[in-house]
Amino acid sequence: MRKLISLISAVLISAVSFVGIANSADSKKPIVIPTHNWSSQVVMAYVIGGIFESMGNNVKYVPADSQAVYESIRIGDVTISHEVWESAFGKSFTTALDKGGLLDWGDHEARTLEDMGYPNWVVDKGLCPGLPDWTALKSPDCAKNFVTPDSNGKGRMLEGPQTWHGDLIPQRIDALGLGDLWWVKFAGSADALWAELAAAKKEGRGTIIFNWTPNFTDGAGFTFIDFPPYTAGCRPEDGGDGKCGSPDGYLKKAVNADFPKTHPKAAAMFKKLSFSTGQIGAMAALVDVDKMTHEDAAKKWLADNKKVWQAFTK
Amino acid sequence: MELIRKYPKLFQWLFLLSVFFTLCFAIDVPETYKFIRGQAEFVKDPNQSTYIFLGKEVRYFAFDNFWRLPPLLGWLPIWINDGLFFLLNEWMPMEFWNEDTQEFKTRPLVLQITRNITAFMTFLIEFIREILLGGVETIVAFSSWDWIDKNPWAELPGLPWTIVAAGATILSYKLSGKGLALFAGFTMVYISIFGQWKPSMQTLSFILVAAPLSFIFGLSLGIMAYKSKRVEKALYPILLVMQTMPQYAVLVPAMVLFGIGDHAAVIITMVVAIPPMILLTILGLRAVPPEVIEAGKMSGCNNWQLLFKVLIPTARRDILIGVNQVIMVCFSMAVIAAFIGAKGLGWNLLLALNQLNIGLALEAGLCISLIAILLDKMSLAWANKQEDYFGNLTFFQRHKNFIFFVGAVILGLILAYSGSFIFKDTFNYLFEIPHNKGISTAGFWNKGVDWIFDTFFVYIKAFNTWLITEVLQPMRGLYLRMPAVATLVLVIGAGYIIGGIRSAIVVGSLALFIAFSPWWDRALVTAYMATFGVIASMIIGVTVGTICVQNKITTNFMLGICDIFQTFPSFVYLIPVMMLFGITDTSVLIAVIVYATIPATRYTIEGLRGVPVALHDAATMSGVTKFQRLTKIEFPLAFPHMMLGLNQTIVFALFMVIIGAFIGTEDLGQYILKALSDKQGGGKGLTLGICVAFIGLIFDNLIRTWVDKRKKHLGID
Repeated sequence: MRKLISLISAVLISAVSFVGIANSADSKKPIVIPTHNWSSQVVMAYVIGGIFESMGNNVKYVPADSQAVYESIRIGDVTISHEVWESAFGKSFTTALDKGGLLDWGDHEARTLEDMGYPNWVVDKGLCPGLPDWTALKSPDCAKNFVTPDSNGKGRMLEGPQTWHGDLIPQRIDALGLGDLWWVKFAGSADALWAELAAAKKEGRGTIIFNWTPNFTDGAGFTFIDFPPYTAGCRPEDGGDGKCGSPDGYLKKAVNADFPKTHPKAAAMFKKLSFSTGQIGAMAALVDVDKMTHEDAAKKWLADNKKVWQAFTK
Repeated sequence: MELIRKYPKLFQWLFLLSVFFTLCFAIDVPETYKFIRGQAEFVKDPNQSTYIFLGKEVRYFAFDNFWRLPPLLGWLPIWINDGLFFLLNEWMPMEFWNEDTQEFKTRPLVLQITRNITAFMTFLIEFIREILLGGVETIVAFSSWDWIDKNPWAELPGLPWTIVAAGATILSYKLSGKGLALFAGFTMVYISIFGQWKPSMQTLSFILVAAPLSFIFGLSLGIMAYKSKRVEKALYPILLVMQTMPQYAVLVPAMVLFGIGDHAAVIITMVVAIPPMILLTILGLRAVPPEVIEAGKMSGCNNWQLLFKVLIPTARRDILIGVNQVIMVCFSMAVIAAFIGAKGLGWNLLLALNQLNIGLALEAGLCISLIAILLDKMSLAWANKQEDYFGNLTFFQRHKNFIFFVGAVILGLILAYSGSFIFKDTFNYLFEIPHNKGISTAGFWNKGVDWIFDTFFVYIKAFNTWLITEVLQPMRGLYLRMPAVATLVLVIGAGYIIGGIRSAIVVGSLALFIAFSPWWDRALVTAYMATFGVIASMIIGVTVGTICVQNKITTNFMLGICDIFQTFPSFVYLIPVMMLFGITDTSVLIAVIVYATIPATRYTIEGLRGVPVALHDAATMSGVTKFQRLTKIEFPLAFPHMMLGLNQTIVFALFMVIIGAFIGTEDLGQYILKALSDKQGGGKGLTLGICVAFIGLIFDNLIRTWVDKRKKHLGID
């Protein structure tokens, strides 16, 4: 009897280990890639999906909120995220990382900057002489060019939604002693920022908005304000005085913790994958400038840049 | 004295107002008070007070208790959130075999259950989607990804658009006749040649799952509530809150529980669509005359037969309005659902807006409206269709629609097949016109927006500046200047005068809940925007409704416009409004007014139409002028119904104020939006939603109580 049991268990163990070996190839289950509502991210989603497909994986795209997606990756509803912006999504990302189930899967070559800035015509028209140095903002003559009806006579800066970085910018403005001249208004969405930019351009007035790079505005002429440089711990949330600009930020990738086990090859490729600012800008430009659809743009990019992406698959 | 006896209510109101203003003037603004912009999450301010309740630390800025009440309920969102997290991550962990990693994985029970429910939903959605568009997931559900990988021929091809269009037209013809058939054909061709076929069918497939499920759940819960008092009592408060809860607040908890994707979209759509269905079912069943039920019993019906052969057919009118509501709500959710992963028109619309391509967004939005109206009309026609009892038809007459459909299928297949030769190098336009490869009028609309901008901007800017500095800013200031105690006295007093002690307790406790939450200031800002929006919407809606109701054609035209605007996604006009009016409260309020004018107009028209014709004739005979008839007879009689319109206007305005967070507001809505990325997001989103719902319910209670009394007084009902 005992022999029989050991025999059965031996067969079972070998069977299981056999399955284990057979399973070292990627699972055919689709890799779920999230798409958010800005061009470069969507095109890159299709680009990465295309690379996965060229390796024989199945891919599925799901529209997702850019903040909420990390919780979904953690639980396993979404497999990867390929654009984790430090300043905008760092908080959601680390929250999910701490809860477990999500892995930090390395950085892109591209560095990111997210800060307040202005379209170049602000300087061309001489609305605020001295920019991009932040001390130019100390002049009341500058501030009065940015007054809006609801700003009580102060100059208005349009910050992104409060979701992105809480009270960071108002705190900085107060800490730098600009609080009497400037007032920070929160926009509700990225759309609101672009609408403001387009409206300001049409009207020919100046505006100071929150923006980031790489972005489609890079090509149109947009400059970031030089605030005092960022040092570790200078932000109020880390106990600092808040008198500093934004850091040179990462652009990370994240995966669900099971992904390397189920799709080892795809995961290895994704770890190697890294795009530069120029490449990301080119992807976005295919949609924003050349007016292609996101899918077509990705196909074109993949066809034109075979060398770049095939290096990741090896 | 004589006056007081004559108008007792008037003096009660005057007394209440004088108490309110005395309080306002007596209580000064504390010097330390300022509108708190962000939540004190990172920065620990030494001025903050803290308390610990049930192990949760609550931090807040303390003021004089007459000025602002302390957030005694501040622990609630944290607690809900931790509960939700515990339920999903720690409660009852079980070992589940994971097919992919080939190992056991501990997963909490609730997570596993919700994922199994949603797997079924996903299957239904994909099944419908793949009939329409083709794909592999349905086959995979019965086999595996490995199998489909080896057998790529098994992929479903999808139907050519010509066949679907013909099918919809023939079905409409069978249900209602030429008019609807023409409309169906037009809608389908429009969708296709404008290159919106694929996203439209994706949206349609998730609505074809959500709407019937909502209908079934709503109807059966409604029947249960009708049969059992206990069920009704348990359901009623939930229904009331759900009816006034902004859809956006349901997103975060739904996402935590069910993840993202089309299935989660179906679930939140159901959550929003079921309550009106339940309410209308109960309303309809209640209205069935006892004689009818007795007649049914006398003819020997058993319970089941009584329900399906007697009660439901008699209550059909209200149940049909329920179906109409379900469909409208489903489509109005099409865009919001895109935030948690619904594919289709809603998502494309958001993408187009992000590129500020208003024209493209408009086309997608129009598709949503057209399909919504088509489905609505088809379901109405289906429910109203009389059984044809006349025999003597030939085989052809009996089956002609079916024969035509078979013909259309064959023709469609031939077309699609020949299309593959005609369009060898491009897309097969006879099979499916790819997304954004059709005709587009986007350029025209974008130019139109530019033209409006260039032509009217100067005037708009002047008006905007005036409105903000002279009206909106002072109004907002006044709302925030109200001490909490004064506001509570006003609300409770109004409840007492209108509905007696019962109403006073109900509205008082609703208001107290908000006052004890950490967001009283935010709620005041929400209330200020909603008030302005409601007043403007009512003025516009009542005026337009009154003018239109004088003529039958304009009435129907106006109701049609209301239909379109109710389903047309409001996000589309948010962008041009933002460009014209800036990122200001004006933009939010314009969006609010556009949306909230719909119920104001609709209820005015219905109220005035409902005045009995006999009264009209009697009035004419006594020689009144048209104007006298309107002010002395029609308005007083229609007033209760119009007040219900006011009620709906308030709910609609609140919804839109919350969505206004996408423009940039400083109210509850902004925090609901913020909850998406918060550590305690699920609990906060839900509690904030409840706060908004309670603002709506306070007005709901006051208005309904008043309307009931007024109706009794007028002898209607």
